Amino acid sequence: MNALVPTPGQTVGPFFGYALPYPGDAALVPPGTPGAIQLRGRVLDGRGQPVPDALLELWQAGPDGSVVQQPGSLRRDGWTFTGWGRASTDNEGRYSFTTLPPGTAPGSTAPFFALTVFARGLLDRLFTRAYLPVEDGALDRDPLLAALPQDRRDSLIATRAGSGYVFDVVLQGDGETVFLTYPGQPPR
Amino acid sequence: MTLTAGQSERHEAAPTSSDAASTTQAEISTEIARLRVDYERERRTDGERTGPLLDYPPYRSSLLRHPTKALQHADPEGVELFAPVFGQRDVDPLEADLTIQHGGTPVGERLVVTGKVVDGDGRPVRRQLVEIWQANAAGRYIHQRDQHPAPIDPNFTGVGRCLTDADGVYRFTTIKPGPYPWRNHRNAWRPAHIHFSLFGTDFTQRLITQMYFPGDPLFDLDPIYQSIRDQSARDCLVARYDHDVTQHEWCTGYRWDIVLTGGFRTPMEQEQV
Repeated sequence: MNALVPTPGQTVGPFFGYALPYPGDAALVPPGTPGAIQLRGRVLDGRGQPVPDALLELWQAGPDGSVVQQPGSLRRDGWTFTGWGRASTDNEGRYSFTTLPPGTAPGSTAPFFALTVFARGLLDRLFTRAYLPVEDGALDRDPLLAALPQDRRDSLIATRAGSGYVFDVVLQGDGETVFLTYPGQPPR
Repeated sequence: MTLTAGQSERHEAAPTSSDAASTTQAEISTEIARLRVDYERERRTDGERTGPLLDYPPYRSSLLRHPTKALQHADPEGVELFAPVFGQRDVDPLEADLTIQHGGTPVGERLVVTGKVVDGDGRPVRRQLVEIWQANAAGRYIHQRDQHPAPIDPNFTGVGRCLTDADGVYRFTTIKPGPYPWRNHRNAWRPAHIHFSLFGTDFTQRLITQMYFPGDPLFDLDPIYQSIRDQSARDCLVARYDHDVTQHEWCTGYRWDIVLTGGFRTPMEQEQV
């Protein structure tokens, strides 16, 4: 997989707040767009305390399951759905994206948001998936979810709430979110 | 990554809370040295581990912010086999020069840092986003939470962006950042560094890291740098001075190449995207 040694990651640190966020970062579609949903939640540490200096990135298929390959995420024009966004947590550890619900991408079994988590104190980024709570049996057929015990599986399924979904990221401890590693990631 | 018995033992033996004001550098350095001995022993049986530990107690903020359960192996699928696309719409070429963002010239050693972004097989990562941020020459960030009593430079924000070119090459003009104190322990100082944020051709290649400068006397003392336990992997984060990048009567030059993981799609698939 890797002929070369991958460059190791390092923590995003405490001072990314003036560098990585940008206007419209968490709004993949303008608020009020027909069909828009909110994906929101909290990032919590091992004592259940909010993490106010975390950054989440979201990458998703369009509502029809297509993988979008369009520029414009950093300077949104209000019309182009790029499938990618970035959200910082607030003082209560809360994040929120305004987006469209993902469809099931080619090669996937169930619709999910792919998420990357960064934070001060987190020495390397974490990957996870926030699955939509669909009831058509797709979640039961999903290979990743099927490989997990029930109590851990639930940490990857967003819950329906109001005009969207809630997905908490628990970095450690009770209800710890399942984080993913992919083939070829450097051993620690 | 897997959480080995050795790692969990080390965690249990470590303090679960920190009194940053009273822990000395000597105590932190002792913890670092102990973990280094553990690694040398593990390396002989398990091989090299080039990623940073997520559970690295000398970095106190990691104590409550690392997963305790093993990461779940997943085969990338669907959107994970692709990365977001960025283009000239997203990034102005002037954003690659951090020394021209204000009315005047920032204080400090002007330098160019350039290098090539490749995937694990050495294929260039073309026309992809690179973001950087850093302290100014005095070691101060333009950030409300940075209370280090060093001067803010009105001519330096310390944020840059660029797209790699058709060969995967990025290039920034900036100022050499200063080292700065932080509150991990008493008299804690970070080696001078530039934060780098990188995307590949797959979602799974996403990387945020820090680039350091050669010969920094703070390397051995710094728990963030030392969280990568393998010396050869730590060396990957250190740029090298390159006189061919240095410009006559203008600036010094550093070269730092970046290797992303993986690349799950074949080059032909990538061309079709």
